[in-house]
Amino acid sequence: METSLGSSTQTAGQEQTASQEPRREHRFICIGCPMGCELLVVTEVSEEGGPPSAVSGNACKIGERYGREEATNPTRVMTSSVRVLGGDMKMLSVKTARPIPKGKIWDCAEAMRGLSVNAPVKIGDIIIKNAASTGVDIIATRNIARGSA
Amino acid sequence: MREVSLAIVGGGPAGLSAAISARESGLGGTPPAGGIVIIERGRALGGILNQCIHNGFGLHIFKEELTGPEYAHRLVEACVRLGIEYKLNTMVTDLGTDTDGAKTLTLFSREGAERIRAKAVILAMGCRERPRGALRIPGSRCAGIYTAGLAQELVNMKGLMPGKTVVVLGSGDIGLIMARRMTLEGAEVKGVYELMPYSGGLKRNIAQCLNDYGIPLKLSHTVTRIEGQEFGRGESSDGCGRLRGVWTAAVDASGAPLYATEEFTACDTLLLSVGLIPENELSKRIGVRLSEVTGGPLVDDSLQTSVPGVFACGNVLHVHDLADNVTLEAYRAGESAARCIRGGAGAFGVTGGVRRIGLRAGRGVRYVVPNEIILPAGPKPSAGPDAEPGAEYTAYFRSDNVYRDVYIRVRLAPEGSCSDSEGAVIKSVSKRIVTPGEMETLKFSLETGKAATLEVRIEAKG
Repeated sequence: METSLGSSTQTAGQEQTASQEPRREHRFICIGCPMGCELLVVTEVSEEGGPPSAVSGNACKIGERYGREEATNPTRVMTSSVRVLGGDMKMLSVKTARPIPKGKIWDCAEAMRGLSVNAPVKIGDIIIKNAASTGVDIIATRNIARGSA
Repeated sequence: MREVSLAIVGGGPAGLSAAISARESGLGGTPPAGGIVIIERGRALGGILNQCIHNGFGLHIFKEELTGPEYAHRLVEACVRLGIEYKLNTMVTDLGTDTDGAKTLTLFSREGAERIRAKAVILAMGCRERPRGALRIPGSRCAGIYTAGLAQELVNMKGLMPGKTVVVLGSGDIGLIMARRMTLEGAEVKGVYELMPYSGGLKRNIAQCLNDYGIPLKLSHTVTRIEGQEFGRGESSDGCGRLRGVWTAAVDASGAPLYATEEFTACDTLLLSVGLIPENELSKRIGVRLSEVTGGPLVDDSLQTSVPGVFACGNVLHVHDLADNVTLEAYRAGESAARCIRGGAGAFGVTGGVRRIGLRAGRGVRYVVPNEIILPAGPKPSAGPDAEPGAEYTAYFRSDNVYRDVYIRVRLAPEGSCSDSEGAVIKSVSKRIVTPGEMETLKFSLETGKAATLEVRIEAKG
């Protein structure tokens, strides 16, 4: 089972890592349905450069797609909360506006640590632009009015 | 006394969704008379969604992936747009029936006490977390033991961290979500211990909250003892110590701990994610009959309880895995309440002229909602211009275990038979897997036939 978010996790575009390890095996539990198929995904980098991958253990197409994505470019929407100054609530809930590479979650968490924003805040407001150089903004997921919490 | 058409107790996903559908079903009138009012004890609408900052809400209802606060925002905006009245910081402390059948609600707020009358009431109070006391875990009564939802409120709403090293007991979804949340906020989560041989949480949460962060999930394990610092040696000055660790052990098939496997895990925080209990104190006040299995009201297919004019939806009825399912259920309760208030032919508040068909949980099924289906009494013409196909109904249920390669079925059960009887199959669907952690639905149609009782069952193939 792949358990690390650290640098060993491959992300899209890291051709170098891939070419150093031409064949890799990944194990995932499919999240497509309650079956929870145990997927084995083998990624290989061909001479032409593309990383074809073979998925086994899946019971349906959802598993095949999920397995391939998890092995080649796993992404997540990251959510958190940051402090608000002068608002009617103490904390502002936030999220990445789009899914980010799984390997960047900790960098985004670090970017948010100790951050505080001033009320008022509108849902969708950009809180951090281009968080951790992902090209994805971190945005507010609720309205906060001026006031005292 | 002030009069409203519909009073909704609770302004979480169920109450908001019920209000929207009641209004969209044509329940009109404007405050102060004749309208819909939502009564919420918290300081904001949205209920528990406000602290569920993770994403994964709304895929069914809004066709996009939202966080809890965003999902709440959509519902609140719709209520505001529809001009639905709501009262915040207001607690309903009593619910009763007036001599003319109207419902009376006693409200308390900063302004004082008030009583209102309503033609119909929708119960949407949600549920509470099962606390430590309900588990009877022996050991110290030290600080550092939280329900997962309380920890969620502390971290996400108040910006406070409950502790630094964490053990989670129970693999309910909130526990899994909090294992990830506390890890990202810098805590070390040592493991999630689950008594059952399967997780109570969604597969997606096992993968994205535990596996992504290398947090072990120990199935068929439990916490056997809680060890706190001795009195007077704790961190706090009042002589009550902090948690210093828990003992865990594997359990046998009956759930009894195997003490030879007991081990100590040092931690300063124990999170409990061991189930939710529908909050029905008010339902009891008005005499609503409750299910012994779910703890929620017994309802018919319009989601009306045993008290005419009182409806229930959301987690107060039975615990849901997905907020989207709460909204769908609440839409139905809102429509039914509107129909009941309008009255006239076919009103569900009318008890005469209908036939009640029981729907019960059979083999492999822990519970089923609804408990009754109401059919018009007279047989419909089976041919000619007034002929109608059988109306469609949906059974919502949970299995009592994990079953693979089975049929989920609705069968006729002849009156007075025991639950092992083999009545005719009304509907049968093949399933690769059925697990208690994910609610099942089974749609079936029923004509005004001879059935007295129906049964939902899980049956092996072959």
